[in-house]
Amino acid sequence: MSPPPSIVGVAELAPARDTGDETDLTLSAAVAVEALADAGLGPEHVDGLLTHPMDTASRLIPSTVGEYLGLRLGYADSVDLGGASAVGMLWRAAAAIEAGMCSVCLCLTAVPRTTSGAVAGAPTRRTADLSPWREFEVPYGNIGATEGYAMIAMRYEHLYGDTARARAKVAVAQRANAAHQPKAYFSGRPLEIDEVMTSERIADPLRKLDCVLPTGGAAGVVVVRGDLVGRSAHPGVAILGAGEAITHKTITYAPSLTDTAIRQSADRAFANAGVERSAIGLASVYDCYTSTVLLTLEDAGFCPKGKAAAFVDEHDLTWRGSFPLNTHGGQLSFGQSDVAGGMSHVTEAVLQLQGRGGGRQVRDLRHAFVHGNGGIMSEQASVVLGVVS
Amino acid sequence: MSRPTPHPSPVSRPFWDACARHELVLQRCAACSAAVFYPRPGCPACGSTRLEWEPASGSGTLYSYTVARRATHRKLADRVPYVIAIVELDEGPRLTSTVVGTDVDALTIGARLQVDFEDDETVSFPVFRVVAP
Repeated sequence: MSPPPSIVGVAELAPARDTGDETDLTLSAAVAVEALADAGLGPEHVDGLLTHPMDTASRLIPSTVGEYLGLRLGYADSVDLGGASAVGMLWRAAAAIEAGMCSVCLCLTAVPRTTSGAVAGAPTRRTADLSPWREFEVPYGNIGATEGYAMIAMRYEHLYGDTARARAKVAVAQRANAAHQPKAYFSGRPLEIDEVMTSERIADPLRKLDCVLPTGGAAGVVVVRGDLVGRSAHPGVAILGAGEAITHKTITYAPSLTDTAIRQSADRAFANAGVERSAIGLASVYDCYTSTVLLTLEDAGFCPKGKAAAFVDEHDLTWRGSFPLNTHGGQLSFGQSDVAGGMSHVTEAVLQLQGRGGGRQVRDLRHAFVHGNGGIMSEQASVVLGVVS
Repeated sequence: MSRPTPHPSPVSRPFWDACARHELVLQRCAACSAAVFYPRPGCPACGSTRLEWEPASGSGTLYSYTVARRATHRKLADRVPYVIAIVELDEGPRLTSTVVGTDVDALTIGARLQVDFEDDETVSFPVFRVVAP
């Protein structure tokens, strides 16, 4: 049997509050070149490309990016799964390779940001939206992510009890991890539990430090057919199994606010990988809010339903702890560069599995679980990664 | 005080027309009896296109909510702090709305609610009030 499709190159820019005149295209190109160099490959080797909706152009994004990079492609697509896009790209790249559609697939995420363009109420593409969301949610202010996740957390705490301290511990532990990732936006700025628990109330029960900081940034990976692993100076990281689940767009219409589609997504990824939860040495899971992490720990099967707060209380979540979680700081400390924020969980897992975790290297790491979450818990994508010796 | 204005589709127009008469209506599937919200051309439960409008009780339960301490839309800025609520109607479907005329810090999930309507120049919006137990 041929080895599974594997990640052989990664690149990531440090998130920034203002990326100036950079565009989706220039940022994509920056990480594409760097990821290929990391893989020991060049543009001439690439025959697959996955990208995502961008502001640069309204349509034909894959060919726009491909032309900009000088690629000759046999497979190209745009993945529109929000924060789950990056993990979704991995499964699509692996599946396309296994279907013979391509052999070297670039997966790119890049989102610029300017502080001036982020003014509340400024016109965005969303204001022209004619979806049910625009019609039935926006009049009541159910618009951004925070209010949606706040309603999830409110219902969760109604059912299972207050989690404010556990949420704060997630933020604090991830901040401790970020101390060893110089690219993290909050690297070198330690955080205390009380700071989180007394930070500004934004949308009950969530406070400011329960929420990610929006940044601009870019990240990319190179996925290759198993037999092509070996050009890179670093070991290949195999895509062992993946899963996805999409159940709703607006949280009001989700089958449940508190039993999420992460369960279907993660169960499928673990089953496809043939790997047990107990073999996972790193959880690199989407953390748009501290509360998202608690739901993910439960629904991905690391602890029973309703017990995430106790699980967090009982474990050291830092890189050297009993349950290493988001060792790059998570997006809560790394910065959330929109779709590229989801890729940060992938790049960190790859670096860790390759032994390139630097001062935050997890010891004896063989398998990592990476989870991407889009919209308001609406798009779920999971992958199990591992080092194949 | 206004709200962001909805742009009804041909499918959803009867809902907003009923709101203008201060009536809350739902679609009911003639094939599987499911109550449907938001308005659709086909039943999301069984796929039938035999959806018929009927009056809703207007009664429901607070399924979840948040209190926005910062405005989530500039048109809502004067209302801070305001409630964004998921209401489970007695007929079954959930919808997004707000709870008005209440102390936002005294709300609890499970509270019984009754629809009311908030009129601006062009649209009547369903909103909810807590029903005294």
